[in-house]
Amino acid sequence: MEIPTKIQIKGIREGLLVTLGEGPWEQVQEAFLEHLDQQREFMKGARMALDVGNHMLKAAELGQLRNHISEREVTLWAVLSNSPTTERTAQTLGLETRLTKRKPEAAAPQTRYQDADPAILVHRTLRSGYSLQNPGHVVVLGDVNPGAEIIAGGDVVVWGHLRGMVHAGAGGNESAVICALDLAPTQLRIAGAIAITPQRRGKSLPEMARIVDGRVVAEQWNPKKRE
Amino acid sequence: MDYSGNGKQMSGKVLTVTSGKGGVGKTTLTANLAAALAADGLKVVCIDADIGLRNLDVILGLENRIVYDLVDVVEGRCRLRQAMIRDKRLPELYLIPAAQTRDKNAVSPSDMVRLANELRQEMDWILIDSPAGIERGFRNAIAPADIVLVVTNPEVSAVRDADRIIGLIEAEEKGPAKLVINRIKPVMVKRGEMLSMEDVLELLAIELVGLIPEDENVVISANRGNPIALNGKTKAAQSFRNIARRLQGHKVPFLEMQEDGSLFGRLARMLRAGGN
Repeated sequence: MEIPTKIQIKGIREGLLVTLGEGPWEQVQEAFLEHLDQQREFMKGARMALDVGNHMLKAAELGQLRNHISEREVTLWAVLSNSPTTERTAQTLGLETRLTKRKPEAAAPQTRYQDADPAILVHRTLRSGYSLQNPGHVVVLGDVNPGAEIIAGGDVVVWGHLRGMVHAGAGGNESAVICALDLAPTQLRIAGAIAITPQRRGKSLPEMARIVDGRVVAEQWNPKKRE
Repeated sequence: MDYSGNGKQMSGKVLTVTSGKGGVGKTTLTANLAAALAADGLKVVCIDADIGLRNLDVILGLENRIVYDLVDVVEGRCRLRQAMIRDKRLPELYLIPAAQTRDKNAVSPSDMVRLANELRQEMDWILIDSPAGIERGFRNAIAPADIVLVVTNPEVSAVRDADRIIGLIEAEEKGPAKLVINRIKPVMVKRGEMLSMEDVLELLAIELVGLIPEDENVVISANRGNPIALNGKTKAAQSFRNIARRLQGHKVPFLEMQEDGSLFGRLARMLRAGGN
């Protein structure tokens, strides 16, 4: 009845890559921790990326696992998964979900885009204290509240109220733009330019901010159409 | 949540009151909710999770009867029953006080879960008064929660902290939290010197279960150790009782403040029209 859950350990540039097998999560986790204990000396002080495959993990489970791992003096820095839920959970816990930010060998077919990093779609409201960082574009379906921040290498689109801090083109891309249905941020940054929202006058309309002559300028979205 | 609590169904609900910012009225709300629920005939126990800065015992007027506290229970120096102080006025209201001579690290989130599970067997409601902040004390307080109430004031700083706390509650999978806006000064709202209820609700975007006006009688009765919700006649007292009713699954309209200003009343009407 005991199915030996398969655990693969591989050395990679960033440390160790551990791939967990299928099966009930309880068993998989137990087998994995046992494995860690057996190889304690070898594992000590390692930086580990964990590939959990298809397992769908909630914050409590993943948090617990991370605690178990850190008790064994191993640092968990990334969780790879096929499940978007698990990826989201990992991101919530501040873990990476990809091994490398750029894979030069994978980006072989040359595209016209200077920024080949993947965009991410966030389907929730970002509340105070939440920090979202992505080397590519960021799209938020929801609000960005005061005290939350988004730092993106590319553009940022907020389908909702933008009241927090957004830095687009954080890598120095001056052609990056920031769009929001209601653009009322505490601060906007595009590449090296910083702007503060002026006092709101009247009703809010969708706006887009970009750099014109070195300054951040916000304009109503498609004003011509309304005439 | 159609929990009508005739005292026979013994799987109590754990409700944690928290806020992020200090001084917005967590402890006062906990004490008054506990009193109002107990006055409705339910078995209620409050746990003061603010270890090292205990207050709930004072507001409930039970300070002089403390023998054992939460840390004593967790560390096995007494039985759970021994640490439960029974209220003089309401026979089914109990308090487990915080230790004053220790700090938040004396208790862990799993201790709180264990304690709450034990209390669920015999109580209808377990109310946990969270300390301010987002550290260990807060984690302890929300670990066993079924429902989390976030208290805020209509001030920018309190709302900012509430937003942060709501995010943390979501991350712990305890959400969505429910909102209580405390210390509303309708006159100031009318003059536009305070955040309006609409602004607060739009930003925080969680279910509203209570609006409580500023009322000096709340402080006076808290100082006397006699929660105002027990027999107070003011709007604030009624507001506390209304929250207790809503938590039991009753539909209670939000109070209007006709004599003070129209904005509050308009909001109350708007919410009612919204069907909530």
